[in-house]
Amino acid sequence: MNYDQARWTEGEEVYEPHLAEKRSTEVAVADSPLPDDLTRDELDLPDLSEPELARHYTRLSQMSYGVESGPIPLGSCTMKYNPTFTEDVAALPGAGTHPDRSEGTVQGSLELRYRLQEYLAAIGGMESVTLQPPAGAAGEFTGILVAKAYHEHHDEERSEIIVPESAHGTNFASAALAGYDVVELPSAEDGRVDVEALRAAVSEDTAALMLTNPNTLGLFERDIEEIAEVVHEAGGLLYYDGANLNALLGRARPGDMGFDVMHYNVHKTFATPHGGGGPGAGPVGVSEALAPFLPTPQVRATDSGYETFEPERTIGKVHGFAGNWLVLVKTYAYIARLGDAGLADASAKAVLNANYLASRIDYEIPFSPFHHEFVASAGRDAADVARRMLDYGVHPPTTKWPEAVDEALMTEPTEAETRDSLDHLARAFDRAAADSDADLEAAPERTAARRIDQASAARNPRLSWQALDE
Amino acid sequence: MSHDRRGPGAETGSPFAPQTAEETAAMLDAVGVESEEALFDIPEAVRFEGDLGIEPRGERELRGELASLLDGNDDLTEFLGRGHYDHYVPSMVDHLSDRSEFLSSYTQYQPEVAQGFLQALFEYQSMLVELTGLPIANCSMYDAASALGEAATLALRSRSVSGTRILVPEHLQSGRREVLENYLTGTDAVVETYPMDDGNVDVDALAESVDGDCAMVYAENPTVRGTVEENLQAVGDLADDDAVFCLGSDAVALALLSEPAAVGADVVVGDAALGLGTSGGMGLGLFACREGFLRQVPGRLVGASEDRSERRAYTLTLQTREQHIRRERATSNICTNQAWVALRVAMHAAWLGPDGLVSLAEDCVRHARDLAERLDGMDGITAPVHDRHHVREFAARTDRPAADVRADLEERGFAVHAIDDHLIQVCVTETNVEHADDLVEALEVVA
Repeated sequence: MNYDQARWTEGEEVYEPHLAEKRSTEVAVADSPLPDDLTRDELDLPDLSEPELARHYTRLSQMSYGVESGPIPLGSCTMKYNPTFTEDVAALPGAGTHPDRSEGTVQGSLELRYRLQEYLAAIGGMESVTLQPPAGAAGEFTGILVAKAYHEHHDEERSEIIVPESAHGTNFASAALAGYDVVELPSAEDGRVDVEALRAAVSEDTAALMLTNPNTLGLFERDIEEIAEVVHEAGGLLYYDGANLNALLGRARPGDMGFDVMHYNVHKTFATPHGGGGPGAGPVGVSEALAPFLPTPQVRATDSGYETFEPERTIGKVHGFAGNWLVLVKTYAYIARLGDAGLADASAKAVLNANYLASRIDYEIPFSPFHHEFVASAGRDAADVARRMLDYGVHPPTTKWPEAVDEALMTEPTEAETRDSLDHLARAFDRAAADSDADLEAAPERTAARRIDQASAARNPRLSWQALDE
Repeated sequence: MSHDRRGPGAETGSPFAPQTAEETAAMLDAVGVESEEALFDIPEAVRFEGDLGIEPRGERELRGELASLLDGNDDLTEFLGRGHYDHYVPSMVDHLSDRSEFLSSYTQYQPEVAQGFLQALFEYQSMLVELTGLPIANCSMYDAASALGEAATLALRSRSVSGTRILVPEHLQSGRREVLENYLTGTDAVVETYPMDDGNVDVDALAESVDGDCAMVYAENPTVRGTVEENLQAVGDLADDDAVFCLGSDAVALALLSEPAAVGADVVVGDAALGLGTSGGMGLGLFACREGFLRQVPGRLVGASEDRSERRAYTLTLQTREQHIRRERATSNICTNQAWVALRVAMHAAWLGPDGLVSLAEDCVRHARDLAERLDGMDGITAPVHDRHHVREFAARTDRPAADVRADLEERGFAVHAIDDHLIQVCVTETNVEHADDLVEALEVVA
């Protein structure tokens, strides 16, 4: 199967013209109700009719690719099908209240938040959950701030966070943002945490170890109990990066493995739409010892209803209001739709699909046994292979990361793919592998744009239509 | 039990895992294992054997459950603002942004297959450039509070700025202040407030406070109480050279108020106030800045380039600032942002057009002025308490305790802020102005 993406051209030069090229109007801000010295003189913005806009955005959508267009097996991103009904429940009357409403008047929303806190706590094996962080990295930052507050409360000055070299870049960035020195932990030969190296790395300066399990190679950290013991004995905390939680639903829980704090990427694990890069939400779960430090407000049940409260030693707020609420509504709806059996089945099928796909492709896969994702080696330029796969009607895997695998193609098909679509994906892998260097160099040919000159985009940044003439 | 579709593999637990029993068996066979369980490489000791206690529900049941849950919220006419505003979102925005190629897509790391979304984000950035007068806008932070936090960390790592003091107005939405403080946890910076004078920056007091140890001065226009700042140029002059001048605003107000760049703003942050309605507090963090901060900007940037056919094409650019490449040396930890909200903001702004956007902003001034005048005419209320121009909202002094006024208004179906012992705050836009008479009537009774 090949793929031809829609492309909208205007003459030979441009794609769908941008809005200002279609029609832009300068409006004088003259007879405003404000004095002249407080207002701008004019405003120059696109000025199109609704039918023109409807056509414009429809064309732009046709030059985009979502999980309903085809598989997006981006490793670590967990791009699965997003059921449409969750959009409808998030649009229900009553969902769109202002965040400053008094508590007595939004009991329904508070109950929903409370129930979701409980669901997530059960899924993660955690004591308490905050729904406030608006994304996974925001969750990491929140979790690290909570850990920091915990240590400070116990008069511990700890300056380091240990992060495995294969971890998500956000782990490093979040730890640094919280003011920690990042200690990078090398992996063992088998792709997992090197426990001896960990022993050597921990010290009285260790605030926490941030770990993904299964890790970014899809491998379960079998020594997790020992890892937890090493970190805890040094007085550090164990942080769970929830990016790969989809592999564990109902089968293992971070809390049971010894993790003290974790975040959930609800837009990954619970199929709330990624929206082209957000909004997501990154709730954080903690053990009992860390619960007093969670952000405010928290929601609790009382005899007469639900109320927010400020945890005893709260770190304060991590979102201007109370997080990405509509995403949380979708998350609740998705979890409730699946229930225990559905959640466990999602993991089972995600792991089966990854293993099946791996068994069907003719690539070297250096590390196993893996769970819901695997990392194949392209054996040539992974980005070229990825671009060629676009021509075969699939979104390619994550490329060139993790670095433990040469020219990595990090692949996560998720549970949402059928055997047929996995076979199709496998053919795309193998056809790209069989193609000549010249074929790869020419790719992609069937997408809205052909190969894009990224170097000149960075060298000569043109970041707005105002800058296009420069 | 409802009649829900369970998919071809009726025995499967997830309605969104489409494998049939036959497929599953064949796939297990291909992999060479007996069961799905055999694929899980989890040590016995950490396996979870219990129940989560989550009962699955059918789609129809769930819609009912959630409708009834959210029905538990009282149906109040909201006159609430303070950084989060309700503006009418045109139907077109819902329908077109919900197209699955937008809604269910991922970050545009493969630009050739994501041109449409990239162009929409490029257009969003361009509109912000027009609204702020600053040449660089990113394609979103989480909300105004996170954008403010990012502005402060930008100021602290900027080579042209020294010092550790971050000055903010005494009247600031509390979430913004708290999030800012959390963003600064890893630095030695301190947040200090400067006084307001009748709702505006007290320029003289601020002048005494600005010194070489001041890394950033933050002001808002309009302020959290809805007042229009009258001394921004003076604030900009104070912050000249030594400190970053960060201005908070929103996309509607920016259509009317003085261009931030023209009064010396180095960075603009804020919330879009378009594209989302009240939505329970979800936001979109605006972030724009001057050219000199290009390599320090947090978050994603879409740039125009060319493809091999020499046609214009768009791509994420300057990614060497970002966490997935620079790791602990990144300009920010942000990865997932509010891209789809940015798309909706662009759609909403384009739907309004320049005329519509300006007239919406002008109406926000008129509505607030008219309602304040009517409240001022009542016994027991003085409004607005600040003798300034206002956008959308204003504070009003009540003879009775503000909390009591607020509670009594709730009884009558209206929500307002109680911001101090005897101060309420009222926000009026095109979405609730038709209920202004009713609010006035209710206040006649309770004020």
